[in-house]
Order: sequence, then C-alpha cells, then structure tokens
Amino acid sequence: MQFGVFTVGDVTPDPTTGHAVSEAERIQIMVTVALKAEEVGLDVFATGEHHNPPFVPSSPTTMLGYVAAKTERLMLSTATTLITTNDPVKIAEDYAMLQHLAGGRVDLMMGRGNMGPVYPWFGQDIRNGIALAYENYALLHRLWREDVVDWEGKFRTPLTGFTSTPRPLDGVPPFVWHGSIRSPEIAEQAAYYGDGFFHNNIFWPKEHVQRMVELYRRRFEHYGHGPADQAIVGLGGHVFMRQNSQDAIREFRPYFDHAPVYGGSMSLEDYMAQTPMTIGSPQEVIDRTMSFREIVGDYQRQLFLADHAGLPLKTVLEQMDMLGELVVPVLRREFAALRPADVPDGPPLHPAVVAAGATRNVTERADENATATLVAG
Amino acid sequence: MSQPAARSIVVVSAGLSQPSTTRLLADRLSAAVDRHLRDAGVEANIEVLELREYAQDLTNNLLTGFPSPRLQAAIDEVLGADGLIAVTPIFSASYSGLFKMFFDVVDRDGLAGKPSLIAATGGTARHSLAIEHAIRPLFAYLNAAVVATGVYAAAEDWGGGLTADGNLVERIDRAASELTTAIVARPHQDQPDRFESPVAFEELLRSNNAPD
Repeated sequence: MQFGVFTVGDVTPDPTTGHAVSEAERIQIMVTVALKAEEVGLDVFATGEHHNPPFVPSSPTTMLGYVAAKTERLMLSTATTLITTNDPVKIAEDYAMLQHLAGGRVDLMMGRGNMGPVYPWFGQDIRNGIALAYENYALLHRLWREDVVDWEGKFRTPLTGFTSTPRPLDGVPPFVWHGSIRSPEIAEQAAYYGDGFFHNNIFWPKEHVQRMVELYRRRFEHYGHGPADQAIVGLGGHVFMRQNSQDAIREFRPYFDHAPVYGGSMSLEDYMAQTPMTIGSPQEVIDRTMSFREIVGDYQRQLFLADHAGLPLKTVLEQMDMLGELVVPVLRREFAALRPADVPDGPPLHPAVVAAGATRNVTERADENATATLVAG
Repeated sequence: MSQPAARSIVVVSAGLSQPSTTRLLADRLSAAVDRHLRDAGVEANIEVLELREYAQDLTNNLLTGFPSPRLQAAIDEVLGADGLIAVTPIFSASYSGLFKMFFDVVDRDGLAGKPSLIAATGGTARHSLAIEHAIRPLFAYLNAAVVATGVYAAAEDWGGGLTADGNLVERIDRAASELTTAIVARPHQDQPDRFESPVAFEELLRSNNAPD
C-alpha cells in the first residue's frame, strides 16, 4: 500500500501569528514537503492545480519535474489535474514528458476543480463540467495509446493525423485516478476505463465516501476489469498529531477555526465526529486510518493533507516525521496483514507494467511460434 | 374502487419564536389538507419540519458543503414527499433567511413537479403580496407545482371571523383543496437512487455527445 501527502498549495496566514508567507516562500515550502516525503519514507507526493489566489500551484508539471530531479523513489502525482479546463492534448504532452524525466514515477488524478470562474477564464462553461471531463479524458486516453489520432468532439478543435509527443515512456501511459467527492458519474467513468478512483475523504461524512467507492468497485467488475475487491482505490485523510491527544487538539484548534474550508462552521469536535478528520495521538491516527478499510475495503493509496491552513513549515515537517516514524510503518504492517493475497497492494507501477507487457509479448510470440510450428507440421 | 395508498406530506415551517404564528398557520394548513385527503379516501402521513431546529446545521452546510446526518434526513423527507406545505414569516419584504437557507441546500431538481402550497405570516396585510413576488418565484425556479392559492395570514386575520368574504379559514380551505387535488392526481414518484442504479457510462457518453 502506498502512503503519501497531498497539498493544495494555499497561502493562508497563520492564525496564531497573522503571518502569511510570500508566494516564493510557499512554493519552496511545497518543494520542501515533497523532498521530506521521500526522506521520511513516504511513497507519494501529489500537488493540487489551481488558477487563482490564494493558491500557488498553477503549473504542476514544472514543480513535479523539479522534484523528480531531486528525488529517487518518490511517486509524483496530482490532486487534482483539471481535466475540464486544461487542453487534453497539453496534458498528454506535459505528463508524458514528466514521465520520461521522472523515470516512470508519475501518475495523475483527474478532477473538475472547485472554483466557478476558472471555467470561463479558460473559455469553458461550468455547466459542462461532467461533459468536459468525459470528452477530454476520452481524447487523452487515446492520445497516450494511439500513435496517430484523428478526432473530433464538441469542446476542442478537431485533430487530423495528430501524434502526441513524446510517446509515453516504454509505451506505457501514466496510471490515472479519477477524483470526485459526490458525483457518481465520475465513479462510473473510473470504473469504465478500469482506472483508479480517489475520494478526498475530507469534507464528506463516511457514508458518502462508502457509497462512491462501493459504486466504483461494483461497476469496475461490471466492465470486466476484475473482481470488485481488486479495483484501485485511494483515499485522502486529514490528520494532526502530537504525542498527547489533548496537545494536538489545543494546537490545531486555531488553524481549524480559521481554515478557509471549514472555519467558522461547527466545532472541531463535531467536525471530527462527522468527517474522517483526526486530530490526536499517533495511535488515534493509526486506529482511525485502519477504520477506513472497514468503510471502503482494502485500498491501495492513502494520502494525508500536510501543509495547509497556515501551519508553519516547522510544524508540517514535524507532522511528516511522525507520519514516517510512528504512523506509516504500523499502517503498512497492519494493512498488509489484513489484505488478501489477490488484492493489489498498490496502483500499477511503471516498471511492473513494463515487465508484465514484456512477459505478455514473449508469451504471445511463443504462442505464435507454436501455432506456426503446428501449421508447418 | 380500490383504496389509494397513503400519501406523505411534509410541512416546512420557518417560524422562529415558540409558540410561533407561522407554525400555527402551518398546523391549520396541514389539518385542512389531512381532512381533504381523507375525504378523498386517501390516508395522509404528515411530518412537520421546524427549521429553527436545523438553523446550526444549515449554517454548517453552507460553510462546509455537506449536510449533517439529521439535516440530510430532513432533506430526504422533503425529496420523498408527495406534497409540500412551505410556510415562512415575512421579514424585510421577503421570506426569512432561514427559510431560504433550507431551500438553498435541497437538491436543485428535488422539488420538480412536486405539488406544493406556499404560505406566509406577517404583522400587517400590507406585505401579503410577498407571497407572489418573493416566494412563488423561488418555487417556480425550483420547478415545483405550486397551487394557485397562496395563504397569507396577517395578525388581524386571526381575529377575522368566519363570515367575511375571503376570510383566513376559507383561504386555508381553498388552498388545501387545491393541494389535495394536485397530490391525488400525481402518482407517487420514487426517488431515483443514482448509486443503486447508476446510468451506464455508454449512456452517459451518448447524452454527452448528443448535439446541443
């Protein structure tokens, strides 16, 4: 199972000091978090993509390319890539290029974004959100699998004889997740393609997470990609830890109360009761995370929100140390002990897919030779 | 003639005080609808939602983007009902903020075609057209099937007696009769469960590719 961090890249003043970092500092913080992820033994760093203040990461492949050069094993991903307003041709090119530079350590997560004006800023209409996600991904899927594409759709200029370059590394397209909080159409899309499904697992009560994942699993099997329990599921999570649970709550409360996404609403205690957010001791984080398995079944990727809401970098790095030392090793062991042998322990990794492809080609050639011998004989 | 099945009615009352004039009007309306349905041989299951009890949940929903389990249960009752009675006090020439908050978090298409009765209370009769210029357009936007008679009760109506032309009791009875007719005429609508019976991807793609 893979563990990692995902970041929104928000510039939020620290509510306890009023201090806001600059964009330059925030970008360096994101990079520091990514490098720290590898250092503490996490598997994945995923960046958001936003096109409006107070967020800085508008150009994920630029940042991930830099991180790729500074890391050895870390998977680089997105949370999320805007499949609605980005040109699918540019996504195909950018992420194939990143895949080459990162030696295959790339996957990405499709999302629709959450800010209305981003659609018109990029020449689209938010009412077409799902339609854009469908059409753009259908094109992206072909661009990575067919060398020459003739295509015509509703939202983009047609393509005749187009080849997206570079071709995916070793002919293997990056693995794709589809992220959605509440749209069954997106769970259906992920299932149709046999791609992964990711639920951010932050804003919604667990019953909704459960329904989305259950739908995705059932439909994954329906479309013939394998048994429902072998579908590829990822979850987000929202944790803050101190050795002593009360210290964690005391320290995090001002950040919760003033955070852009839930500040001014219910109390921290009510929010924790109604959502998967966990503020407490490392053991409480372990227990809560293990309970996700009871909600969605054995799953393949767990991402935690680390740097957000104005938390100082020092605190964020302490949190990542605790994840790496105290939490993730236990989670790896306990999830692995419970997972049936036929359930994948992660999403398909590039080297494994390349190896499987090579084996398949050898087998097919052997079959062809056998047939040829038979015919000749 | 076979006995029609029971029909469900949800009464949404946005009164703030207890006791509340808005609730008083809501109770009179639901009693009248109950009587008319029984006269038509239909059993009525009537549930009252006092929005006051959901004020915190509504604020939280607007800020966090998701309803608490109890608010979700209230929304589901409205979505599943055969008929709706919506009653609000008139504040500053319109429905109360609490009333609007509730209908802001109900699914956009959830009231489409639903037989609905709109009613309001206010201090003086001078605000009675707020039903027509504020509440009716809201429900028109939601595609609800609002009956022709909206019931406005000013303070003075509660002492208006039973003989004057167009008195409150008569207006309540007329509106209840209209709502009953609309409910009886419309078969019960099952709420489609998009998770239990998803639309297949091929179908979604086809509608996606259909010309505008």
